[in-house]
Amino acid sequence: MRNRDRQPKMPASVTTESASARAVLIALALAFLVLFLILPVVVVFGEALRKGVWAYLATFEDPDARAAIWLTLTVAAIAVPLNMLFGIAASWAIAKFEFRGKSLLVTLIDLPFSISPVVSGLIYVLLFGAHGYFGPWLQAHGVEIIFALPGIVLATIFVTFPFVARELIPLMEEQGNTDEEAALTLGASGLRAFMTVTLPNIRWGLLYGVLLCNARAMGEFGAVAVVSGHIRGFTDTMPLHVEILYNEYNFAAAFAMASVLTLLALVTLVAKTLLEIHYGEALARTPRV
Amino acid sequence: MKGAGLRIRVVDIAKEFGRTGALRGVSLEIRDGELIALLGPSGSGKTTLLRVIAGLEAPNAGRVFFGDDDATALPVQKRRIGFVFQNYALFKHLSVQDNVAYGLRVLPAAGRPPKAQIRKRVQELLDLVQLSGLEDRFPRQLSGGQQQRVALARALAVDPRVLLLDEPFGALDAKVRKDLRRWLRELHERTGHTTVFVTHDQEEALELADRVAILNSGKLEQIGTPDEVYDRPASPFVMAFVGDTSSIPIVFDGGRLLYQGQPFRAEFEGTCQASGGVQGGIEGRMQGGAQAGAEAGAQARAPGRGRLYLRPKDVEVGVPQAGQLVGSVVNVHRTAAGRRAQIALGDGDTIVEAEVTLTQALRVGERVGLRLLKSRAFPE
Repeated sequence: MRNRDRQPKMPASVTTESASARAVLIALALAFLVLFLILPVVVVFGEALRKGVWAYLATFEDPDARAAIWLTLTVAAIAVPLNMLFGIAASWAIAKFEFRGKSLLVTLIDLPFSISPVVSGLIYVLLFGAHGYFGPWLQAHGVEIIFALPGIVLATIFVTFPFVARELIPLMEEQGNTDEEAALTLGASGLRAFMTVTLPNIRWGLLYGVLLCNARAMGEFGAVAVVSGHIRGFTDTMPLHVEILYNEYNFAAAFAMASVLTLLALVTLVAKTLLEIHYGEALARTPRV
Repeated sequence: MKGAGLRIRVVDIAKEFGRTGALRGVSLEIRDGELIALLGPSGSGKTTLLRVIAGLEAPNAGRVFFGDDDATALPVQKRRIGFVFQNYALFKHLSVQDNVAYGLRVLPAAGRPPKAQIRKRVQELLDLVQLSGLEDRFPRQLSGGQQQRVALARALAVDPRVLLLDEPFGALDAKVRKDLRRWLRELHERTGHTTVFVTHDQEEALELADRVAILNSGKLEQIGTPDEVYDRPASPFVMAFVGDTSSIPIVFDGGRLLYQGQPFRAEFEGTCQASGGVQGGIEGRMQGGAQAGAEAGAQARAPGRGRLYLRPKDVEVGVPQAGQLVGSVVNVHRTAAGRRAQIALGDGDTIVEAEVTLTQALRVGERVGLRLLKSRAFPE
């Protein structure tokens, strides 16, 4: 006891800064957060509701606005499930098998992240546009891709392709093959093993990837802007519609539409956070790259 | 239930890998109801062999027979094997009883027992592995030993013809290991399944198995009963792998054993074939160094190089006497039961380990003579 008393007083922790330094750092971080993250969200809703709730709701009476919302939901409803399937297939192949060109495939999956969305859109115009490689043939057979729903869906799929795969590849690689092998030794067919063992093992990572994929699919602007042609009421998605309204100085309507998009993003974030709280343990095992 | 097992033959199995664990022409026969250990260091191919038997790996060459049927091309689902994985591979999202019932639930509808019967069977299996009461737990809520037993119950549920276990006790602590080992032996005696398990622990293999197959770099070194592989190892590798050994470089000259040109006395058996190419060498038992031995050996053999392998328990340490190997004590340390002394011979490059009693006081640096009660010579 006496020995311990004689020892010099140590600070509670060697990594702790002085009180003033802490205050400054925290204030800086908070100011940054408010300025760049919270303020924009508040402004969006503030502007949207500036003329009152009725005016806000009236914005959605507009058939063009409804068409934009409907189109965005349609595109997401097609693109997200497809990317879920592609993502599972790609990560399955990458994580569970050895083959030549595997690292090339991994790099390709990341391509949509590194390429500018405008370029992604242009690729499809180049391929399927009136003056593109397949344009004349498509025109002759009455198939519309560019400036129509298929083009928007294609561009969205391209841009959102990596989300599910990137979430699943590290997860599946870490889990390895033994669970599936165990199922096979117990007599399960390959498909049965996938449904009863693989899928449950990746469900939270998959859901997480799908949420992110969905958020991006609804919010994508650049690539979709190039292929949509901005035909009001037909090929305008919500982000495009926001821009049109804004350019027409129809701020209240623009922000009202923007607020819906923001709301979707917030819902996604909340869902993601809830996932992390409830299944944090399983998700934490997924190394993020 | 005894005799419910299956005879398995693997013939000239070869498996290429980019990595370690390849097999290069392994043949062995596993008898009906036998408990057999595949023993070897990591990368020796023992797990690969187990997976080939299971059908989880396809061999590049060779055949696998289950009984008289060629099972080489039979898919894993159709082999009716029970496989226990090293890390158990329990389905994390399923409860204990759902894990055990898995193999029964995936049966085709025609052969699937009704629900009540599945439940009854699961209960029986959980009784067998002494886990009744834990039906609704999830794997993460179980200890390592309990998970191991769930994995075993799950593998037994499909009524396999052979039970294959990959490092079954690898991830458990020493105490649990011992208990589970004994328990597995009892279980085997009760159910009579042909059982093959992979291990790198020679003690485990010797204690548990009817026969031990020792693999090294993709080849079968020896297969035999624990007594055979321990007392009559077929190669220096087996000698060194199934127990502690030290070795002395020797020259075998006309029945005399020479260490650095000096003859010494040792009880030994084995061959020490002359490098000149005389086939056969000296077989059997002889009093090395003694005159009788010298005569017997001198008839047939030209001088040959070899190594003499010794187990610590067969080396007695005492006051140096004529004709003995002499060395100085380098180090004495305590083992669980006694003490182990390391003795440096000659130039100090050769270290011999000897078991000494607790009452025998040895000082580091002390000169001692070695009485070699038993040893085994192999040509170099």
